[in-house]
Amino acid sequence: MLEEAPLVQGGLTFNGITEKISGIVETRTPSLWWLLFGMALSLTLVLAGSIGWLFYDGTGVWGLNNPVGWGWAIVNFVFWVGIGHAGTLISAILFLLRQRWRTAINRFAEAMTIVAVICAGIFPAIHVGRIWIVYYMFPVPNQMDMWPNFRSPLLWDVFAVGTYFTVSFLFWYVGLVPDLATFRDRAKTKIKRMVFGVMSLGWFGGNKQWKHYELSYLMLAGLATPLVLSVHSVVSTDFATSMIPGWHTTIFPPYFVAGAIFSGFGMVLTLAIIARKVFSLQNLITVDHLEKMNKIILVTGSMVGYAYIMEFFIAWYSGNIFEVFAFINRGFGNYAWAYWIMFLCNVITPQLFWFKKFRRSIPIMFVLSIFVNIGMWFERFVITVTSLSRDFLPSSWDYYSPTTWDVLTFVGSFGLFFSLFLLFLRFLPLISMTEVKGVTPEADPHHYAHGNEHGGAK
Amino acid sequence: MKTHAIIAEFANPGELMHAAEKVRDAGYRAFDCHSPFPIHGMDDAMGLKRSPVGYIVGGMALLGATIGFTLQTWVTTDAYPLVISGKPMFSWQTYIIITFALFVLFGAFGAVFGMFRLIRLPRLHHPLFYSERIKRATDDGFIVSIEAGDPQFDEEATRAFLTSIGGTNIELVRGE
Repeated sequence: MLEEAPLVQGGLTFNGITEKISGIVETRTPSLWWLLFGMALSLTLVLAGSIGWLFYDGTGVWGLNNPVGWGWAIVNFVFWVGIGHAGTLISAILFLLRQRWRTAINRFAEAMTIVAVICAGIFPAIHVGRIWIVYYMFPVPNQMDMWPNFRSPLLWDVFAVGTYFTVSFLFWYVGLVPDLATFRDRAKTKIKRMVFGVMSLGWFGGNKQWKHYELSYLMLAGLATPLVLSVHSVVSTDFATSMIPGWHTTIFPPYFVAGAIFSGFGMVLTLAIIARKVFSLQNLITVDHLEKMNKIILVTGSMVGYAYIMEFFIAWYSGNIFEVFAFINRGFGNYAWAYWIMFLCNVITPQLFWFKKFRRSIPIMFVLSIFVNIGMWFERFVITVTSLSRDFLPSSWDYYSPTTWDVLTFVGSFGLFFSLFLLFLRFLPLISMTEVKGVTPEADPHHYAHGNEHGGAK
Repeated sequence: MKTHAIIAEFANPGELMHAAEKVRDAGYRAFDCHSPFPIHGMDDAMGLKRSPVGYIVGGMALLGATIGFTLQTWVTTDAYPLVISGKPMFSWQTYIIITFALFVLFGAFGAVFGMFRLIRLPRLHHPLFYSERIKRATDDGFIVSIEAGDPQFDEEATRAFLTSIGGTNIELVRGE
């Protein structure tokens, strides 16, 4: 077997790992954090303000028109949900596949998932127009004896995304418990000891606890794996079950899932590059970790590119003139500029990752990860808007442009995303100490057996 | 304050596992091995049976799926029957997604709350926390604790036994 580079570099001991990760939250809050948090919080206020205006004045403040009744709200919803997918992929699927390198990035990727799903959840909730009856989405017994329509993909979405958020949160929290116990045992003040004492639920790391804990974690991974693949499939049925040319295709579920993982890894990479720089985590999040993520971006980006091209082929092959028109319009019609931004960012630029030099170059991958984020937002915009703006009757065709409020709401959602994420970085262990210790060679009990110098058990 | 347990520290995961085997072979049952991360093979070394969490998850997941399917069937055929795009009232194909979502949701509840029930958490305090040394088990300590509740427990003999298998920093933990 080829000798792989160690996952944890710089010869960190168990205690060294604890010190490194706990040190990040135990030291004084850096002024850079305050600066970033202040900016993020201001943007969150922008979000609150634009939502307030929306509630006051109605959905007319957005740029929606006839025939484009679905605009940025849906685009942003799909964008944020998609971002979340990388966290679950890293924490669940890579766990089942025994990809031990995941331990350095899974914690903050999971936190990113939760925060992204919160941002995503805002948009379908506020876009309903009559916000005071938003509870119609839930099967709540009421005085009118009305029930939601269980045959509608929009309701499937409520259940899929609600389940996704709950399961992601539980998974993340279960993973946090042993690390919170570490924080509790290191706490210097009484308040910290009490807060972390309650949050860590009384964990003391006995094997009689680990035994149930490990199986529970495995079960959660097993449940989250089909869940993450289903969530974006369900999101895609919002489009795919409707009779709109360009939406009504069977390729949508796998294509959406690949796109979601692609966009999520783009965001994880963006955040990981910043976090490892700011908190000097180069020994824990190594260039090898980043290179592996770049490979996943290359794979999923190519899958997305395949789907773009296959859509055109199937449109032609179907012989359906409306389908053919929808796709020619997508690539060369009124929104061609958006289509080619999407194509460039999602299909062309990630191909640079075929070269090892680019896969291991921090500036290149940082720029490309931003491109992925941009490209995947445009993908959802292109899908949603191009088909609607050129609907069945040419007399009703119209061009859709967002208003200032659309833009402010979306920009504000980034504020919420970064505010919550910065709070997580400041107060919780951003890398799982337990799991990172568990993948060091010293964690293997056979590492200490005689004859280890001949290679030993791996 | 009465004695809760005797704890002894070991140098590394390998030593902790050998110690667990010896404690098990000496006939102790009410003992535990504390470590900052789960150690592969420790369940066998301690003579523990497999966790039943899987059965809880399975039961809860099936319960969730049943609730989901039944609710949708009841609503669409009895409580609020509406013809939606010409589909029959009992259009089970459209129920699958929500049934699956609730299967996963309840299964996850089973995994998390079932696990915490099994390990008797959350709790605000535990007699072991009277020891300062046990705190190392969440950092880099590898600690065996033998509880006073064990029929074989005897302060002197257990202490001597832990010394003989290589334990260091042996400490008596007293608590209510």
